[in-house]
Amino acid sequence: MNLKLKIWRQKDANSKGQIVDYNITDVSPDMSFLEMLDVLNESLVEKGEEPVEFDHDCREGICGTCSLQINGEPHGPDRGVTTCQLHMRKFKDGDTIYIEPFRAKAFPVIKDLIVDRSAFDRIQQAGGYVSVNTSGNTIDANAIPINKHDADEAFDAATCIGCGACVAACKNASAMLFTSAKVSQFALLPQGQVEATERVLNMVKQMDLEGFGNCTNTGACEIECPKGISLKNIARMNREYLAASLKG
Amino acid sequence: MKVWRKMARAVFLPYLKINTMSGLLNSSIARKVAMALSGIFLISFLLLHFLINFTSVVSESTFNELSHFMGTNPLIQFLMQPILILGVIFHFVMGIVLEIKNNKARQVQYKMYKGNLNSSWVSRNMIITGLVVLAFLGLHFYDFWFPEIVYKYVEFNPADTTRYFGEMVHKFESPVRTGLYVISFVLLAMHLWHGFQSSFQTIGVNNKYTPFIHKLGYTFAVVVPAGFIFIALFHHFITN
Repeated sequence: MNLKLKIWRQKDANSKGQIVDYNITDVSPDMSFLEMLDVLNESLVEKGEEPVEFDHDCREGICGTCSLQINGEPHGPDRGVTTCQLHMRKFKDGDTIYIEPFRAKAFPVIKDLIVDRSAFDRIQQAGGYVSVNTSGNTIDANAIPINKHDADEAFDAATCIGCGACVAACKNASAMLFTSAKVSQFALLPQGQVEATERVLNMVKQMDLEGFGNCTNTGACEIECPKGISLKNIARMNREYLAASLKG
Repeated sequence: MKVWRKMARAVFLPYLKINTMSGLLNSSIARKVAMALSGIFLISFLLLHFLINFTSVVSESTFNELSHFMGTNPLIQFLMQPILILGVIFHFVMGIVLEIKNNKARQVQYKMYKGNLNSSWVSRNMIITGLVVLAFLGLHFYDFWFPEIVYKYVEFNPADTTRYFGEMVHKFESPVRTGLYVISFVLLAMHLWHGFQSSFQTIGVNNKYTPFIHKLGYTFAVVVPAGFIFIALFHHFITN
């Protein structure tokens, strides 16, 4: 199939970017979206042009590195997949495809389609951990009985890969789905209780400091999340936050 | 005395703690919760207002009696009314503050943006429906609240328990005003369609009752504004 690509090109963080048009021919419907970009880049390199920079790593939907706003949606038109799992069969011959970086003040563009998502790392560092004594007397996690329902919900929250699609999809560029998943995965488990109060207060504080917007419950994040993280987590984070504020 | 002190502590201490610990207006979640709680408060007021207004369709004397009670009871006039007005002001000032903050969170816009693929128009445009409702409140205050305040507290007119129905019906003689009321309530319905269930999500209620809350919210968002529209049209076409 032949496609018209409209790709955001930006030299570096300080330059003004713009949409550049590319025509790509003979795209196989079996290619992944990133493979299609690889083909484009090979042709650009052959012509002596600068290839389009984009993020990728595992290419099997588990690392959360690939991003891209494709035709107005993070990770493109398919549901429950990352860009590396998106296949060209989701598009038709002759389609025009807009490819832009994830947009948020807290995710500044580094180059072309690559954005700096280290704001997520800083939120995680603010409280997304449990302090475990590793002196040799560590208790086996499996020795603590956990209700199956709680274990399942904690696991679901923990499947968040921190890709940033929630922020990219949100009209307010809010990071509440990400932060709430990271709060929830500990809030539901006994191991997470020791630091529960400081965790939610510190992570929300960091989230606000990074310049993400406020959630208005449009639900766009949940729809676009490649891991299907539920809005339930945001309600849980709000409860945790209010309880922590009252405890002080 | 001890009981009162305990109750006052129970009510105000959490507020003070939220205020000092995390900053009531400096935390995104506290702002959201304040927005949701003021919204739920306004929803409950709206229901009361609707029920009282609806009596005007059924019985002139009941409407007059209820209006007189609401307009003269000191607890309602000097405690509930100021709380309500503060609630309205808080809800719209906070709404505008949040909108400005949220716009700042994405400074470079997408060239291609398809919000309708993952969210509803009403959920993304609460500021538009909200501002229309705010403009309507201006008209509503001009029509009813200011004349009422002047009547009671400036001109010191004697109490007249039968004037309310006639005053209200008179307002709905004008087709333009009736039309503006109808349009405003359609926008209010859209605001409530998202706002009702959204406020519960924000205060942390997302459990087995959530599907029920959603249905209740959609029903409320349709029935109450449709009822207000019915009352306006009823007085425009039938009573007048």
